[in-house]
Amino acid sequence: MTTVNQTRGGDVIELQEAGYGYDGSALLSGMSLTLAPGSFHFLTGPSGAGKTTFLKLLYAELTATSGRVHIFGQDPRQLSRDEVSDMRRRIGVVHQDCQFLDHLSMRENVALPLTVARRDVSAEASNLDELLSWVGLAQQARSLPPELSGGERQRAALARAVITSPEIVLADEPTGNVDWEMSQKLLNLLVQLNKMGKTIVIATHDLNLIRAAKAQVATRVLRIVGGSIQAAGADL
Amino acid sequence: MNALLSRLNALMSPESGADRVVPPSGFTASLTMFSAGAMAFLAVFAMALSLATSRLADRWGAELARSSTVRISAPEEQMAAQTAAVVAILQTTPGVRAARALTDEEQTALLEPWFGPDLPLDTLPVPQLIEVIEDTDGFDPQGLRLRLQAEAPGAVLDDHTRWRRPLVDAANRLRTLGIMSLLLIAATTGAMITLAANAALSANAQVVSVLRLVGARDRYIANAFVRRFTLRALVGALGGTALGMISIALLPEASTAGGFLTGLGFQGVHWFWPLIVPPLAALVALIATRAAALRVLKGLT
Repeated sequence: MTTVNQTRGGDVIELQEAGYGYDGSALLSGMSLTLAPGSFHFLTGPSGAGKTTFLKLLYAELTATSGRVHIFGQDPRQLSRDEVSDMRRRIGVVHQDCQFLDHLSMRENVALPLTVARRDVSAEASNLDELLSWVGLAQQARSLPPELSGGERQRAALARAVITSPEIVLADEPTGNVDWEMSQKLLNLLVQLNKMGKTIVIATHDLNLIRAAKAQVATRVLRIVGGSIQAAGADL
Repeated sequence: MNALLSRLNALMSPESGADRVVPPSGFTASLTMFSAGAMAFLAVFAMALSLATSRLADRWGAELARSSTVRISAPEEQMAAQTAAVVAILQTTPGVRAARALTDEEQTALLEPWFGPDLPLDTLPVPQLIEVIEDTDGFDPQGLRLRLQAEAPGAVLDDHTRWRRPLVDAANRLRTLGIMSLLLIAATTGAMITLAANAALSANAQVVSVLRLVGARDRYIANAFVRRFTLRALVGALGGTALGMISIALLPEASTAGGFLTGLGFQGVHWFWPLIVPPLAALVALIATRAAALRVLKGLT
């Protein structure tokens, strides 16, 4: 069992001996971890180590098969589907494959969290347009997702994740398909959100991105190795 | 008028409102509309059948129930005396409004369809018929039979029960069949829309996944599908109902020579009844889609 603790008031996410497996084999096991509000985390590890699975546990797309995961103090296994949906509105997620609705424009896709929360999108149009401009997608606002490049889609996915100003942002390789300049820009957005008190968790292979973040904000680097999570060394 | 049409168009548009999160589903939408239209068309006919048989049952029941016949078979020399006795009995029977012996001409007319116009009635042993008209309370047939037996042995009361009952039973059964047809049509509509909704939901598992990722509740996702299928069913049913009503209106006119078939159409306020078919179809679609959507969503993890 590996334990990485960080205590700063009420934790937004807490894992207690949590694990996940299927067909009798454990992909992740014995993870104990707390994520405090306003903390900034990087998640690293080799491909296939379980970084994406770990992130999915944090927004309840998967539920732990052993131990416990508490999100905002609640175990998703004890919640109804509606309660899980409500909980997800407090979490912004950038999927590795972005996941858009291909029949909606990028602007509508970015506004989707507002739409499903029945918030008046027109009332928040200026924020939406500002955000789209900030991620460099003002010109592509009316384009459909298949018409965008990989990098543009990732920027749009990040914009969608933060449009509702969620308490936690989980990003799975958010800079995988963008150039260094845009990576820096996206990182700056996440750093700004973190400075506003949001909890950030980024799964990445990009050590330069981690170093750039460390230069701006206090971060913690976690590494998944052999199905367990551990604090990364000081070499990062 | 244009404003109303514009609003209706906006309501019917699949691209309006929150249901835009669901991608256009051309095939299932067309299938739903066609099914609802066809079912509404059949429902109008089933309704017409049910209403027509209802009217028929009422008419047969009412007309036959109000009249009876006394048939006197007696030797010629006793016929007049027994006829007078029977009429006297009938005139003093509670529940009988009027009683009169049919004239020879009337009896000849009754037999004319079978024996032709030149029937020599006076040479044949034809029974004397007495028409009995009941009042609203009706008479006691058993008591009347006993009195007739005592005072006019050749008289037989026929209160038409044995004719009326099977006819009324048949009409009532037809009415029940009409109602059952309507229920079956509603159930079939629901089943077809359920299949279409299931197909649409299964085909959009990825959309459901994305909507859940951004915090959509199942009810929200279901409503997007429900609204779409309900509107399609409503539009289809409106078309089918209109077509059905036009077809009924174009049926041949009822006439005195006509029988049951020419009386199949709607009459008077009954023309308003088919108008409930489209909203009912929409309600069936709403319930079916909602149940299907919530069930499928529950299964999609």
